[in-house]
Amino acid sequence: MSISQHIVVVGNGMVGNHFVEEVVKLRESTDTRITVICGEPNLAYDRVHLSEFFGGKTAADLAMITQEQYDEWNVEVLTSTLATNIDTESKTVTTNTDKTISYDHLVMATGSYAFVPPIPGHEQPHCLVYRTLEDLVDIQESASQSKVGVVVGGGLLGLEAANALQNLGLQTHVVEFAPQLMGVQLDEAGGRVLRSKIEELGVQVHTGCATQIIEAGETCRYRMNFADGRYLETDMILFSAGIRPYDQLGRDAEMAVGERGGIAIDASCKTSAPDVYAIGECAALNNFCYGLVAPGYSMAKVAARHILQTDIENAEFAGADMSTKLKLLGVEVGSIGDAHGKTEGALAYIYENQPEGVYKKIVISEDKTTLLGAVLVGDTSEYDTLLQYMLNSIALEDSPEALILPMADNKPGLGADALPETAVICSCHNVTKGDIISSIDEGACSVGDVKTCTKAATGCGGCAALLKSVVDADLEGRGVEVSKDICEHFAYSRQELYDIIKVNEIRTFEGLLESHGKGELGCEICKPAVGSILASVWNDYVLEPVHIPLQDTNDTYLANMQKDGTYSVVPRIPGGEITPEKLIVIGEVAKKYNLYTKITGGQRIDLFGARIDQLPGIWEELIAAGMETGHAYGKSLRTVKSCVGKTWCRYGVQDSVGMAIFLENRYKGLRAPHKIKFAVSGCTRECAEAQSKDIGVIAVDNGWNLYVCGNGGMKPRHGDLFATDLDDETLVKYIDRVLMFYVKTADRLQRTSVWMDNLEGGLDYLKEVVIEDSLGFGETLESQMDNVVETYQCEWKTTIGNPDSMKRFRQFVNSKKTDTNIQFVDERGQIRPATEAEKLSEIDIKEVQ
Amino acid sequence: MSQQEKQWRPVCNVEDLINDSGVCVLINEDTEDEQQIALFCIGENKLFAVSNYDPFGKANVLYRGIVGSLGGRYVVASPLYKQHFDLESGQCTEDESVSIEAYDVRVNGNSVEMCW
Ligand SMILES: Cc1cc2nc3c(=O)[nH]c(=O)nc-3n(C[C@H](O)[C@H](O)[C@H](O)COP(=O)(O)OP(=O)(O)OC[C@H]3O[C@@H](n4cnc5c(N)ncnc54)[C@H](O)[C@@H]3O)c2cc1C
Repeated sequence: MSISQHIVVVGNGMVGNHFVEEVVKLRESTDTRITVICGEPNLAYDRVHLSEFFGGKTAADLAMITQEQYDEWNVEVLTSTLATNIDTESKTVTTNTDKTISYDHLVMATGSYAFVPPIPGHEQPHCLVYRTLEDLVDIQESASQSKVGVVVGGGLLGLEAANALQNLGLQTHVVEFAPQLMGVQLDEAGGRVLRSKIEELGVQVHTGCATQIIEAGETCRYRMNFADGRYLETDMILFSAGIRPYDQLGRDAEMAVGERGGIAIDASCKTSAPDVYAIGECAALNNFCYGLVAPGYSMAKVAARHILQTDIENAEFAGADMSTKLKLLGVEVGSIGDAHGKTEGALAYIYENQPEGVYKKIVISEDKTTLLGAVLVGDTSEYDTLLQYMLNSIALEDSPEALILPMADNKPGLGADALPETAVICSCHNVTKGDIISSIDEGACSVGDVKTCTKAATGCGGCAALLKSVVDADLEGRGVEVSKDICEHFAYSRQELYDIIKVNEIRTFEGLLESHGKGELGCEICKPAVGSILASVWNDYVLEPVHIPLQDTNDTYLANMQKDGTYSVVPRIPGGEITPEKLIVIGEVAKKYNLYTKITGGQRIDLFGARIDQLPGIWEELIAAGMETGHAYGKSLRTVKSCVGKTWCRYGVQDSVGMAIFLENRYKGLRAPHKIKFAVSGCTRECAEAQSKDIGVIAVDNGWNLYVCGNGGMKPRHGDLFATDLDDETLVKYIDRVLMFYVKTADRLQRTSVWMDNLEGGLDYLKEVVIEDSLGFGETLESQMDNVVETYQCEWKTTIGNPDSMKRFRQFVNSKKTDTNIQFVDERGQIRPATEAEKLSEIDIKEVQ
Repeated sequence: MSQQEKQWRPVCNVEDLINDSGVCVLINEDTEDEQQIALFCIGENKLFAVSNYDPFGKANVLYRGIVGSLGGRYVVASPLYKQHFDLESGQCTEDESVSIEAYDVRVNGNSVEMCW
């Protein structure tokens, strides 16, 4: 229903934001106005993946929404603003900035705060919590001045925090009041197995420890004294002793609250105050606050429907399943349903493998027909199956222990077909198997499509494998084969074409089209793709007559076409290092041909406005001065950017320029599915911005750290740390392997970042292939790279030396005239292309001489 | 267009063509009707001639595009923004309202001739 109304949302966390998205989706017009009071300086971000901040993700990476998007939706947001009072009679909210805002409907989405036990001394500077982006910045800062760190609290979040401290290089302790770790999710035996695994990883666990006071330390900044007389010295303390709902606003406004806090709601998420709703972690249904994001999202959907009076029949929040699967400090942990076997008459089966640190338990009903719960530590491969058994009350077979026993024959795995349509596949977005099937009915035809339509597997991502099997099974059932064909001429992916060319020793496009394609000619998609594969497999000169028709214009004319049909020219300047003599030559050439000059982001010089017929002349002069092509036109290595390094810089620890020049010369000319950029920084200050490159090298005291698969551009991505402390030889070996593996297996126009995200197993898999040589072809990759390096030629040099190739560089085959449509005007002392209007007015236009 | 009578006129030699690729010729040189024509040679003997001017990119570049076949039709893809033009009719395959001039072209002995 379309009612003109004003909705005010207090809190812009994950759930508050989800609510706004739901309303925007459901509302019929912008008569439904929304104002959001956002306590944090950042708009909603992905708190679930907060820890990835320490892995290099930025606030922007974690953001779930942008100001622009809210503007577009006409949603007003007040950031860094707290709601301080609610008047439920006059229906207004007051803020700490002294604004009073009236509402028709108010939604409380204030979430929780980290509980800090009132231990004397807890208010000191390096005593922190783990909840917001700002907390993490503080933790990073504090950790940089600390050697030892303690996490108070051995629950799920505490262990996640401990993982972060350990990754920050601290000697890490976990102090837990209860006798075991993760008491909510695990039983005592599961907690014990988890503990020993975590201790193996170097984190010290102290259970049954009640901290009494935090005072000045002797060897470290602080000392924590425990009730039993023991103590622990540490430089920083992270409190992760549980969360508490932000319900004070509600209490002040005399709303009903739950027994253990939280603003009380009913199944439509209404509070006791008229027209006020509460959703997410601040809300309590039947005295229970849900500390996970999925139930919060369900509440957001329910509240949005009730407020808009849309589709309210099914809009009910009846509680949620709290099962979880996660990896803590590298240890897989899963907890399903009634993990503690509290249901009356419940029976358990237990499997424990001490040598490998695996513990599994299932809890079943008294009549042995249904699964009630499970605990999994060290191996969660059965989690999905067990969860589906529990959620859908699927009848157990005889000997249900087979579900968790490793060697059991005919282990009853649940195929996608066995699941009922009501089975929830993605609990973050509450997507059922039925939803997935209807999205396929409506035209989705790949896992990617289904993800876009249903949002399945876009939350925590834990259901990705299950989603894929459901989608694949359904598509297979419909007789659909998923198409990876690159175009109408070849029913193959780029990778398959690569293998075909290699194995069958095919050397021409025609040969490939004849043996493996259809149609007569190919097109602008398959031709350059095959051209690039032929170039990387055989490293032929790209202008061999048989290859010419395959190339994009940029490859054909070895320059980058600009909007007016002229080209830009970029000589290679390896590592950004250039002699004054060469700089002068570039300047003179630019002057002679009246070219526009600009410094590029890759530390070289771009010369614009060259007509096709001028290219050979320009290059003749550049080559005579000892320069080479920069391949700016190719899907190939562009530049290796560098900072000046230890040769000059006070902080540098290695010769970054020398390494950059070496790398650029090694990989120049390599043809790849897309352009490739490198950078080398001389120290961790990272002036060369190596982490935004496909291959990033950062100097450290003991050698080089290698980052892979970053990029700038439209969708920036930080590179992932791939290996540390490498010597020169190993660095080159790894880069050889990574690049060659990319060249061989990536799709057409796939940058390294997307390629890696699509590799099954991602970074870990790439490390296995490259570092551990798990596929056993590491040396082959290296020798293939060596071959590319040995057969390198400067394409411009070869072209200049060949009169036949030179013939191509003319506008007309029957006239010496040049293209009169190319016209320039003067701007800031250089040329620029004339606009259409300027061309018509013919004032001040200079034609190129 | 000029009032002169349509007839076959030589524009270049067979050696000037590049197989499965394009070259450009200037016709009516130094007259008011001066025009750039993109000539494509597919296989041994299939010749096509269309205007060299890309109406989308507003530049004389079509001869530098990749030629191909799309669903049985011969096309050239503009090197600027990749629209396709049918080489026989000049019709743009992405936008019905746009087409470019197409001309008859043939080989006569060693000479390539166009009719205009
Ligand atoms: C490190 C970490 C890991 C996690 N991992 C998982 C996981 O793996 N799976 C999972 O399901 N959940 C996980 N969670 C929990 C999940 O993040 C929360 O359930 C979810 O963020 C709750 O969303 P919310 O919007 O209710 O609350 P929040 O995200 O806390 O948002 C509430 C917002 O309201 C603001 N606010 C409070 N009071 C006011 C006021 N008076 N005026 C204005 N603004 C106010 C707060 O500052 C906050 O920004 C994790 C949490 C953390 C901290």
